[in-house]
Amino acid sequence: MNVPAAWYLILAAGLFGIGAFGLLTRRSALIMFMCIELMLNAVNLTFVTFSRTLNDISGQAIVFFVMVVAAAEVTVGLGIVVSVFRRRSSTSVDELSELKG
Amino acid sequence: MIAVIHTVPTLVFVTSALLILIGAIGVISVKNPVHAALCLIMTLIGVAVAFVAQSADFLAAVQIIVYAGAIVVLFLFVIMFLGVDRREHIHFEPLVGQRAFAGVGVAITIGGLIALMARSHWVSGASSVTTKLSAGNGNVRQLGTAVFTTYLFAFEVTAALLIIAVVGAVLLARRERPVASEEAA
Amino acid sequence: MAVVATWILIAPLFGFVAVLLLGRYLSERQVGVVGTGVVTVSFVLSVICFVMLLHHSSREVTVNLFSWITVGTLHVPAALLVDPLSITMCLFVTGISALIHLYSTGYMHGEKDFRKFFLYLNLFVFSMLLLVLANNLVLTFVGWEGVGLCSYWLVSYYFERDAAASAGKKAFIYNRVGDVGMLVAMFLIFSRLHTLTYHTIFERAGTLSPTVATLIVLALLLGATGKSAQIPLFNWLPDAMEGPTPVSALIHAATMVTAGVYLLVRMSPVLALSHSGRLTIAIIGGVTAFVAATIATSQKDIKKVLAFSTVSQIGYMVLAVGVGAYSAAIFLMISHAFFKALLFLGSGSVIHSLNGEQDMRKMGGLQKYLPLTFPTFLIGWLTISGIPPFAGFWSKGDVLTHVFDQDKALWVLGVLTAILTGYYMCRLFVLTFRGTERFREDTGGHDPHESPWVMTAPLVILAVLSVVGGVLDLPWVHHDSLAGFLAPTFGYVAAGARAGTLAQWGLALVDVAAAVIGLLAAYSIWRDISESSKYESSFLEHVWHWDDFYDATIGRPLTTTAQFEEDVIEPKVIDGAVTGLAVSVRRSGDGLRKVQSGFVRHYALATVLGVAVIIVFLVARVI
Repeated sequence: MNVPAAWYLILAAGLFGIGAFGLLTRRSALIMFMCIELMLNAVNLTFVTFSRTLNDISGQAIVFFVMVVAAAEVTVGLGIVVSVFRRRSSTSVDELSELKG
Repeated sequence: MIAVIHTVPTLVFVTSALLILIGAIGVISVKNPVHAALCLIMTLIGVAVAFVAQSADFLAAVQIIVYAGAIVVLFLFVIMFLGVDRREHIHFEPLVGQRAFAGVGVAITIGGLIALMARSHWVSGASSVTTKLSAGNGNVRQLGTAVFTTYLFAFEVTAALLIIAVVGAVLLARRERPVASEEAA
Repeated sequence: MAVVATWILIAPLFGFVAVLLLGRYLSERQVGVVGTGVVTVSFVLSVICFVMLLHHSSREVTVNLFSWITVGTLHVPAALLVDPLSITMCLFVTGISALIHLYSTGYMHGEKDFRKFFLYLNLFVFSMLLLVLANNLVLTFVGWEGVGLCSYWLVSYYFERDAAASAGKKAFIYNRVGDVGMLVAMFLIFSRLHTLTYHTIFERAGTLSPTVATLIVLALLLGATGKSAQIPLFNWLPDAMEGPTPVSALIHAATMVTAGVYLLVRMSPVLALSHSGRLTIAIIGGVTAFVAATIATSQKDIKKVLAFSTVSQIGYMVLAVGVGAYSAAIFLMISHAFFKALLFLGSGSVIHSLNGEQDMRKMGGLQKYLPLTFPTFLIGWLTISGIPPFAGFWSKGDVLTHVFDQDKALWVLGVLTAILTGYYMCRLFVLTFRGTERFREDTGGHDPHESPWVMTAPLVILAVLSVVGGVLDLPWVHHDSLAGFLAPTFGYVAAGARAGTLAQWGLALVDVAAAVIGLLAAYSIWRDISESSKYESSFLEHVWHWDDFYDATIGRPLTTTAQFEEDVIEPKVIDGAVTGLAVSVRRSGDGLRKVQSGFVRHYALATVLGVAVIIVFLVARVI
């Protein structure tokens, strides 16, 4: 009686794509991080959908751990952003082009 | 009008879909980072709704508390710290062809992914026997049992990971002290 | 017999090694003794070997030294073949060499590179003996190359002189061109007959088709023209006169230049299979003899006259080979060795007495100052002109008789050449020994003195040999003569029919008449004058401009090509390719470097595009 899994999967795929596009297109470091969060959420949605469809709790357990790791990642990542952009006047990642050549 | 809406689950799905998509598009297209954070919250709430509809109650709660409540707040702290008035010039793209290629690449990837999923009947695989979902109230108990027995090692490792993350964050964000005050001490 | 034969070959090699290692501790006299001694030992052993061969059951003995090359079907032993032909060659080669070694101890006295001279001379004798004693083509070729190499060393003995160094190079290069012919002949023989040993070649020669046989013969002829200075590879020999006179006497008169004739004579069973090949050989020989004789009439240097005379006489030998008169060719070879060596050594004596003067315009009237050189030279002169009863008359007559049997046109050419021979030799003799004295400024007013005994003794011996040498093959003696002795070697080839006795007397008269006509003409012209533009032509003096012809057609184009190659191809093509490779690598590196833009978003985009490719691949597989 539930909504077919396909719809949720397509939704998650679309969310993932939007997040990816935003990651590639935006220049501000903070917005890029938010796009990463979007992608992680898309993955979480997919796992939960599968968990429901296959009647397996493991999917939800994985989502649990993904959330933990996402939190840790945001912590460290924002720390890096702060330490890198503290002295500069913009948060554009295009300025970090030391690897050129 | 009511005849168009078939069932409650469909309605719930449509709601969550709308929240998610509008929020996502908002994140990637607004200029002000604070507005972007707010759009992100909208998406996260949409995802929480989807979780509830899929009987992942505990996760929905954790999503709101941890994601929307902690992570986005952290984002806002950093935005404030680095200055709100920093706006990005969205219209101007310095790298040639980036948007076009990005659009094409993402479209192909997602399109292909959906095609593959469609081809393989969306969800294949046998239903699990040992760790099956119990309906309704037993979700927290069941999830707890799974995390603390089957996935105990992962749980301990993530605990360590969190500590490392905290230590790392503290070190990274530390302001440098002048050398003279250390010698005087 | 085997030991004796081996030591014939080894003795000069031993001399070479001894002088090489100990030369600097020995005095000039000791080096001369060692050098001359080993060759004399070789000669004595050759005589012993000859006597043994006469009493041997078969007239052919193979001495196997060791197995040299064994690769697949190619078996080349290091083995010696002692048969009448090779022992005859050994005898006169070692004999004349010994005399010339003795002469050299006097002629080269005081030269700073005295030891080097005897070193090379001994090595030369070894190579020549290897050439004539070998029982297969490859070993002969080793000796062939060896004599060419020693000739190069000895011609450029005075290498500080440009002319001498160039002459040495010229000699070697012309020899090398001829060697291509010999190599091609070896390749052809091996590919068809699968052997390079003479004995086996002659057994299987019948299986050769006429075309292949002709090709082989022509290739051998090319090799022979290079080594024996015939047309078209003859103009190295006059230049080779830059070497010391004993070298000219030994190498370029008596021995090395006969190697080509020897090769053709040795390969006579193969020659027998190709009529057109033999005809070519005969024509080359006849024409060369005539052309060289014409050139000799206008030369001013005494050694150059003798050099062209050598080319002419070898032309006679080649002509004889071409008409199938092999033993006549060998007979002429032996007598030529006697009188040509005599003439060269005599001229060396004259040059020595005039402190190095070689231009005949500055000689004259030496008759009364050189009491031993004069009569011996006289005998040599008469012999080469073909006056009976000296050896030249019999040997040249023998050749011309056989030529008359086969080809009248070539016979006429031969007689004309005989007239010219008489003419130019008389001219030489008269200009040198008779007439007015034109040498005073060379000798600083003193009288020229006769040479020491080490130089005049060989002259005397050679003069005696020139007188009596005719007995080797008198026309009315058939069995105990040279021809009879050599017959088993040429037994494979049917000898041409000889003309009747009356015809032989007639031919003999013609020979004598030709010689006398030439002599009288020269005597009357040159008695009083030393040079004349009427009787000397610049065309003839410049060797029919042969050198200039080769220079224009071969030398100049090659030099131009090489210069073009150096100016254009080297920097642009070769250097260009190499540096071009380096430059293109660098440029492509520079191009690829632009991928590393430094922008994180580019790297992320690349990742996404990679994922897209994989997805497309997976979808394509499924659909």
